[in-house]
Amino acid sequence: MVGTMSAVSEVVQRARAAFVSGRTRPLQFRVQQLEGLRRLVREREKDLVGALAADLHKNEWTAYYEEIVYVLEEIEYMIKNFPEWAADEPVEKTPQTQQDESYIHAEPLGVVLIIGTWNYPFSLTIQPMVGAIAAGNAVVLKPSELSENMASLLASILPQYLDKDLYPVINGGIPETTEVLKERFDHIFYTGSTGVGKVVMTAAAKYLTPVTLELGGKNPCYVDKDCDLDIACRRIAWGKFMNSGQTCVGPDYILCDPSIQNQIVEKLKKSLKEFYGEDAKKSRDYGRIINSWHFQRVMGLMEGQKVAYGGTGDVATRYIAPTILTDVDPQSPVMQEEVFGPVMPIVCVRSLEEAIQFINQRAKPLALYVFSLNDKVIKKMIAETSSGGVTANDVVVHITVHSLPYGGVGDSGMGSYHGRTSFETFSHRRSCLVRPLLNEEALRARYPPSPAKMPRH
Amino acid sequence: MQREVQRVRAAFGSGRSRALAFRRRQLEALRAMVQERERDILAALAADLSRSELNGYSQEVITVLMEIDLVLERLPEWAAAKPAQKNLLTMLDEAYIQPEPLGVVLIIGAWNYPFLLIIQPLIGAIAAGNAAIVKPSEVSENTAKVLTKLLPQYLDQDLYAVVNGGVEETTELLKQRFDHILYTGNAAVGKVVMEAAAKHLTPVTLELGGKSPCYVDRDCDLDVACRRIAWGKYMNCGQMCIAPDYVLCEPSLQDAIVQKVKEAVKEFYGENIKESPDYERIINLRHFKRLRGLLEGQKIAFGGEMDEATRYIAPTILTDVDPETKVMQEEIFGPILPIVPVQSAEAATRFINEREKPLTLYVFSRNSKLIKQMIDGTSSGGVVGNDVIMHFTLSSLPFGGVGSSGMGAYHGKYSFDTFSHQRPCLLKSLRGESVNKLRYPPNSQSKVDWAKLLVLKRFSRGKLSLLLLALLGVVVAVLIKACYH
Repeated sequence: MVGTMSAVSEVVQRARAAFVSGRTRPLQFRVQQLEGLRRLVREREKDLVGALAADLHKNEWTAYYEEIVYVLEEIEYMIKNFPEWAADEPVEKTPQTQQDESYIHAEPLGVVLIIGTWNYPFSLTIQPMVGAIAAGNAVVLKPSELSENMASLLASILPQYLDKDLYPVINGGIPETTEVLKERFDHIFYTGSTGVGKVVMTAAAKYLTPVTLELGGKNPCYVDKDCDLDIACRRIAWGKFMNSGQTCVGPDYILCDPSIQNQIVEKLKKSLKEFYGEDAKKSRDYGRIINSWHFQRVMGLMEGQKVAYGGTGDVATRYIAPTILTDVDPQSPVMQEEVFGPVMPIVCVRSLEEAIQFINQRAKPLALYVFSLNDKVIKKMIAETSSGGVTANDVVVHITVHSLPYGGVGDSGMGSYHGRTSFETFSHRRSCLVRPLLNEEALRARYPPSPAKMPRH
Repeated sequence: MQREVQRVRAAFGSGRSRALAFRRRQLEALRAMVQERERDILAALAADLSRSELNGYSQEVITVLMEIDLVLERLPEWAAAKPAQKNLLTMLDEAYIQPEPLGVVLIIGAWNYPFLLIIQPLIGAIAAGNAAIVKPSEVSENTAKVLTKLLPQYLDQDLYAVVNGGVEETTELLKQRFDHILYTGNAAVGKVVMEAAAKHLTPVTLELGGKSPCYVDRDCDLDVACRRIAWGKYMNCGQMCIAPDYVLCEPSLQDAIVQKVKEAVKEFYGENIKESPDYERIINLRHFKRLRGLLEGQKIAFGGEMDEATRYIAPTILTDVDPETKVMQEEIFGPILPIVPVQSAEAATRFINEREKPLTLYVFSRNSKLIKQMIDGTSSGGVVGNDVIMHFTLSSLPFGGVGSSGMGAYHGKYSFDTFSHQRPCLLKSLRGESVNKLRYPPNSQSKVDWAKLLVLKRFSRGKLSLLLLALLGVVVAVLIKACYH
């Protein structure tokens, strides 16, 4: 064990030395690394899919559409745009600084730590890395040990395509992660739970390391009476049961008027059958729970609930059927923690106002969903609540738009990334004012001794 | 303490800080406070720091007034939803970023600019629609008293509260939950603040300090350079986070620099500096003694006079300073300017990089290439070439540190953004379902292939082609549906 611990320090020191060498500074180098990453994704797609299949029962389609495509898009978008973002940005000058150069100079922070997670173990580890590389940093990756196949795959293939010293992969569980967090970084990017988020931020505080925390929460999904329930339920079912409910931006629970509860159940059922057939266990497209601990946890959340659909599970394969719970009591366990599983509680509320109040009494979620044909309802819901992001009349997809920053607020996180926001997250935006050594006369007024009469604003 | 925070939170919960008109009225009231009670404010600054009325006005009051004016002018623009660029699949949707308040903001001030460092962040917090609790530094007690008295007379008493006290009270305060904390002060306490914030996952902006290096090149107008350096160094008796902390230069320049700084000091404060109304005093005895300690064993080329009774320390220059000595181990925050000789600009760069990232880097040179090289070769919160301090006055430049000198930034729009949550919103229609068909299970290789075609091609096409591709997508989806049924 002791050998492993000092190895962590060595790896981080090597990354820092590599950063200090200055080779990440030229934009061309960063482009080369990003192109290397792109080659990795294209050439090793089969291996990536294999790891995702072993970890989460994903297939080549779900692996592609849920993870790989996002990474490829981010790489493309970054290669195309980051040179513009890396250039000095002139800013507005004051009357006193008209003769000067005033601009914001983007520069790397240094050594960035990215702690990945297990539900989208490829994209949630690599997508942030794209921005960190483009911003000119060295990057230490710590994939989640829960998605062990992806963790070992990344450790083996990344060095084959990227600079070995600048972008090392460190694997391991809690002890190794604790060791890593004792090292000094210039930014820590963490995706995971609120509980561990606090631990990461506390560790970061010791070095005054800024953090980006992509956490979670219970994402509410309000379905209005004035709605096309067929379409709404199909979209909700898609986002909820994708990856067997293990999606941080998945709709966690539904809020609706009691009068439409049954319809919602029926239409969700209909979509589920369309997607996964009568028995989802037999569907190639339906995921599995990551491990037994989470399996037991999610199964436990169903206890004492009214199960309108599903409700069964198979511990051997960690399969949990797509499940819908009705008339759920807000005090029950399933409403006290992020479900992160294929269980959809429906909580009845009697009005939009009640739904808004319900949401505001709880921690700010990562995402808020509202379905309505009435634009006013949507606007009111957005205006009177807070959340990381919002999609109206669909779920999940706001995170696929590059120009929208992706992140949480309050308990659901701090900071954001994707596209330009990634680049800026991993950069220091340094204010620069360069003046000539001339024009001393113009500055005389500022020097002591002070005049007798005080100028007024 | 808990009750106070809860009261403020309840006031925020009422929703009244949201309306732009309300925020504008509060900012106008703040402006009225500054204009009507200028006497009281300047008197407090004079009592705390021996600062003359003019200096108090020009260094703190005017900055606050300008910031309020800027914010009032731009607030509607900053608070408006910003449309975001859409992609192929979201072409028909509304996509925008909506700034919204975070909730209850805590602002912890510092004693060196005790009015400015509370009010300037407060302006941003109010503008962004938050409630705020301000905790002025107890060290600058007169300003703390004046803020405690005046703020409730002009601002909404429930939304904006003043809390006072020392370490104990601040520790209690930090146990409460806030939605953002902005702290100005030193790195050690910065860590304590961040650790406390971590318990509630509260984002923080930390405006810290460090040793801001000032490199003086041999290709330079030393008269001008030294006057500017002296101005920035001895302002507020060196008690400024962005003061040039120490000078780096080639040994051959040392004497000339000493001479010219000496001349500038005489120009500014006269022969009898103690009598000059423009020269301030050290904030308290503890800092006075600390600074006295830094002089031990040093070569004093100029200055060094002290008077404990009035906490006066003369503008002082040290030469041939050894980097290992005490004066080079901590932020000076006083009127002592060490000169550390280095062999070249490269050596200066190396020296700077061996140390913590400072809040500001200063470089004096006629050679703009050299200035650029030094900027590229180092890191710091901000940079000023051929002057000192002035970057603080441009609200279009974010003001903040990096590494040990801090995290986050503010001033102008950056204040507004710091105290806002920029919430991405994507509003789709309940129609247009056919475009979505490709994403639903059950999956097949043809779906994957079509997805690859549509999704990856989008970046290399023009707008019309994008439209055609979208139509193609719809056609494909329909065909696939037809194939399955």
